[in-house]
Order: sequence, then structure tokens, then C-alpha cells
Amino acid sequence: MTERWRRGVFLAGAAGLAALLLWGLAGLPGFGRYPGPYGDIINRIAVAQTNATGVVSAVNFSYRGFDTVGEEFILFAAAAGVATVLRHLRGKDRISTRRAALDRVAPPASDALRMAALAFTGPVIVLGWFLATHAQTSPSGGFQGGVLLTTAFVLVYLAGQVLLFRRVSPEDLTDIAEAVGAGGFAAVGVTALALGLPYLSNYLPLGSTPGAVSSSGTIALISLLVGIEVGAAFLLIIGELVDQALLVREGGT
Amino acid sequence: MTGLLAVTTPYTVPAGVMGVLQAVLLVLTGAGATAVVLTRSPVRQVLVLSAYGLVLALLFMVFQAPDVTLSELAVGTVALPALLLLTLARVRRREK
Repeated sequence: MTERWRRGVFLAGAAGLAALLLWGLAGLPGFGRYPGPYGDIINRIAVAQTNATGVVSAVNFSYRGFDTVGEEFILFAAAAGVATVLRHLRGKDRISTRRAALDRVAPPASDALRMAALAFTGPVIVLGWFLATHAQTSPSGGFQGGVLLTTAFVLVYLAGQVLLFRRVSPEDLTDIAEAVGAGGFAAVGVTALALGLPYLSNYLPLGSTPGAVSSSGTIALISLLVGIEVGAAFLLIIGELVDQALLVREGGT
Repeated sequence: MTGLLAVTTPYTVPAGVMGVLQAVLLVLTGAGATAVVLTRSPVRQVLVLSAYGLVLALLFMVFQAPDVTLSELAVGTVALPALLLLTLARVRRREK
């Protein structure tokens, strides 16, 4: 195929794509206009029905909880995949690498970086925990909280504490936490089935005060489980990559 | 339906100001995405991408989606760049 032909094919495809895009954009509702009834209905009934004032969380973990289970298992499968491939690559070097890393002098992090990382670690843990446990009251949720909690571990790593990073996030523990988070979410749903309710129905007491931390039944519980799962999944992936970087650094020097 | 949303608090930003903020952030989003694409060095690209994540987070904020803002902050400005940097470190070590 000559270059001229290729350009011709590309231009025809690009023109078709542009035409379809413009056609689609022309048919969109006006800026800021929401045409569907669903959101308006949810806005009216969600707080009264779930006692959760964080309506987005009520949608994520209750009304559309089934979608969230699916997303949860996408992340679960991704983390499991990364762990499988990278751990297989390491093979039998694994234990010796860990031992070699113990004797290794870590490349020094600058004082400024270490101070900043250590200063942020505590606040990040508090904020992550807050987000993971307050999905029912305000804009937050397990996903955001879980990622932030992982960030705290990354800060420990950035502070030059590679070995401490490994000690506070041992592989077995992250594996178990990930499984407990993902499995717990699914189990909350299945428990509803056992009680004769639809999957992921909110069967826990909703509490008497809308917006209280103890309100909203399964929404708060699922948010916490999602936080555990997401935090563990990211920690597992980052931990594997850190080990890989160490492993190769070890081989290189 | 709009009556439900038109609540005025001491913290409410006037609609005109909000419109300007939204326009500015939409332009910044376009410029930021272009900057990410045009950055050639991988490590620099990750840093530009991280800054672009912050712009996206602000964009979601002014479009009244604080939940998405938090997700974007956590994933776009921290987790994704960290993963990419670690991967780059891994690849570079191998190349040496």
C-alpha cells in the first residue's frame, strides 16, 4: 500500500468519524439540561429511603450496587493478574532478593523529600480513613479512601523506608485484605439473597438520623469493604512494582 | 425540579462567576491534554500528566461532582503517576 493510499484511507475514516461525532453532539441535550427522570427521582427519595445524605454513595453502593460489584472485581482481577505475572517472573529469586534487599544500602532520599513525606503520612492516613468511613454522610467513599490509604504507604516508601514499607505491608496481609474486601462486598449481597431479598438489598438497620455515621445500613459497610479492597489492591500492585525495581536495581549494581 | 437544586447558602458562588470558572477550566483541560501529548520525555510526561489530573479534578469540582473530584485527585494525581514512575524505573534498569 503506497503512502498516498494510506493517507486516503485515513482521511476517509477521519471524515466519517468527524461526521458521526458532530451528528451525535448535535443531538445532545443543552448544556446543564438533564433529560432523564432517574436522577430527579433519586434526588427526592434517596435520603428518605436510605438515611444516607451522601446520595452519590447511596447510588454507588445500593441502588446501583450491582455495577459497583462488577467494577470491584475488575480491580480485583487486575491486581491478581499483576501479582501472578510479576511473582512468576521473580520465580525462585524471590526469597533471595528479599534477603539481599535487607543487606542493601538504600539510595538516600533527600532530607526535604523525607521530611515532606513523613509530615504528610499521618494526615493522609486520617483523611483516607475519614473518606472510607463517611461515604454515607458526605461526598467521599471507599474507593477514594482506599487509594489515599495506599498513598500513605507510598509516602513511607518515598521517605526512604523501603524495608519499613515492606514490613508494614507484607504480601500475605495485602493478599488477605484484598480478598476480604472483595469477598465481603459480594457476601453482603448474597446475605440479602439468603434473607429472601433481592441481591444487595439494604437489610441492615438504617439508623434514626439521616447523615449520622451510624446510619444507612449496608451502604456504610460496603464503603468500608470497598476501601479495604481498593487500598489492598493498589498496595499489592505498587508493592510488586517496588520489588521489581529493587530486584533489577540489585542485578544492575 | 430546579427548585430542588437552587439552594442559596453563604458559600454559594454566583452563577456568572461559576460560568467563567467552568469556561476557564474547560480551556485549561484542552490545553493540559495537548501538553501531555506533546511532552516527549516519559518521566516529564508523567509529571505533566499528574498536573493535568489536578486540572481535571478542579474541572469536576466546578461542575459540582465532588465525589469524582476526590477520585480523580487520588487516582489521577497520585496513584497513576506513581505506578507509571515505578514502571519506568523498572524498564530503565533493565535497559542499562
